[in-house]
Amino acid sequence: MLTVGIDSGNQNTKAVLLMDGKIIGRAKVLTGFNPDEAAVKAYELVLSEAGVNSRELAAVAATGAGRNMVEFAENKVNETSSAARGIRHVNSSINTVIDMGSEGCRAIRLRPDGKISNYEVNDKCASGGGTFIESMARVLQIPLAEMGAYSIRHTKEVPMNAQCVVFAESEVVSLIHQKETVENIVYGIHIGITNRIASLVRRVGIIENIALIGGPGHNIGLVQCLEAELKKNIIIPECPEHISAIGAALYAEEHVL
Amino acid sequence: MSKASETEYWRWAEHQWKNPDIPDWQGSLVTAGVDIGSTSTQAVIMADGKLYAYSSIRTGADSPNSAIDAINTAMEGTGLSLPDIDYTVGTGYGRVNVPFADKTVTEITCHARGANFIYGSGVRTLLDMGGQDCKAIHCDETGKVTSFMMNDKCAAGTGRGMEVIANLLSVPIGEIGEISLRVEEEPEPVSSICVIFAKTEVTRLMRAGWPLEKVLASYCRAMAIRVVRLLERNGIEKDFAITGGIAKNAGIVRRIENMLGIEALKTESDPQIAGALGGALVAKDLIEKKGSQNFQKDRRRVNG
Repeated sequence: MLTVGIDSGNQNTKAVLLMDGKIIGRAKVLTGFNPDEAAVKAYELVLSEAGVNSRELAAVAATGAGRNMVEFAENKVNETSSAARGIRHVNSSINTVIDMGSEGCRAIRLRPDGKISNYEVNDKCASGGGTFIESMARVLQIPLAEMGAYSIRHTKEVPMNAQCVVFAESEVVSLIHQKETVENIVYGIHIGITNRIASLVRRVGIIENIALIGGPGHNIGLVQCLEAELKKNIIIPECPEHISAIGAALYAEEHVL
Repeated sequence: MSKASETEYWRWAEHQWKNPDIPDWQGSLVTAGVDIGSTSTQAVIMADGKLYAYSSIRTGADSPNSAIDAINTAMEGTGLSLPDIDYTVGTGYGRVNVPFADKTVTEITCHARGANFIYGSGVRTLLDMGGQDCKAIHCDETGKVTSFMMNDKCAAGTGRGMEVIANLLSVPIGEIGEISLRVEEEPEPVSSICVIFAKTEVTRLMRAGWPLEKVLASYCRAMAIRVVRLLERNGIEKDFAITGGIAKNAGIVRRIENMLGIEALKTESDPQIAGALGGALVAKDLIEKKGSQNFQKDRRRVNG
């Protein structure tokens, strides 16, 4: 059976094509201002790359902040469920999921059977989302993808006082003026966001194994800081930003009309 | 960082003022207050208890230089030089960085004292809307603080948040309030608290075809709601006054007034100088209390 899961995020829209539970295609496009349009684009991309015709599909499900705007997806599933389902599918040993999106962060604790025990979300403030790191990368004029590499080369900890993205931007500028090294500033940025994520995780209760999903899963500097703060190993799945889309595709599989 | 060629819509006018009623001042006591805020720095010079001159400039990367710039700008055309100032109080977020200060005092104390001078002794509730924070202050008839609450964690409800929106929509910051008042009916407020999320929301509204005044009204209304909540938590009592840069934004002031059902006191003077003015007043109090010999000791202690 072929199903597609679409994760309509605030920044990126991800699509995953599943064949009997096996991932046979992945796509990612920018969401922009029209989530439905972006979803169509991601959907078409994932199908064409796998050489699959839409008529062969059994079902489509959408998740993510913009899921209700994805008109062609007959099934909708919330972000927490799709994240839980997706991570257990790729790694059945996970008990705690940290799902970091561009605008928010979610910590989910799973029961042994994979169902959700409880979860905590911060989506009111950008200080705990990927946007925080992205904005700081922009101020520092370094590519987002290199933030992790800069961070692990730090020589000392430079504390960041500001939590708010807007204030943190000014703080980074003043650290640059104080001739602090970029590596140390980047490390301070990661320490700051780590503290906020860790407090969210502690609120749901930490049980190993812990996984980090979402785009920031690619950021080795952030992962290192999180591991140091939580004193636990963090597991990063192969395609961290596609986990929720996988969860949605699985949901679609179970809800074929 | 933004490119130098881009228009800086957030940039508000720096300015200087000298009391025209005191042309050649020959008084005996000159005090100054310097308020280094996160975003702007003001210096106020008082002569024998009268407001003599002031300046308001943008805080640079280097706070001590900003303090020196501000006091020099304020002294322009007054004939005064730094040694003529008997006592200086540094206040604000960067108060420890005023190299010529004799003493530092918190901006909350100074704002209340300054507002008492500007708006009169009837002021009980004061809202100070700064560049990176927002404070609700209660004070007594002498300008002494009785309670306060502040938000300094988040740019929502601060001048910096407004600057971000000014830049985003390419509207000069000084015009936002007036444009926002052109709507016939108040729109729904922007739902995001976070300035970063509000940016996305505002862009979405523009794309959906909302006219500029409606988008600005929606943002100003959201900011006013947030500030009113802070005021309500601290309690509101007449008279009410607003200080800080946003006191110049009619779109915010009018909406706060409507929500509270209380009018904010108006002034001919600059509401942004309240902190520095309070500093100069505290300086005057200190001298009068100690007598003229003792304050020299303070100066040596701070600078030494």
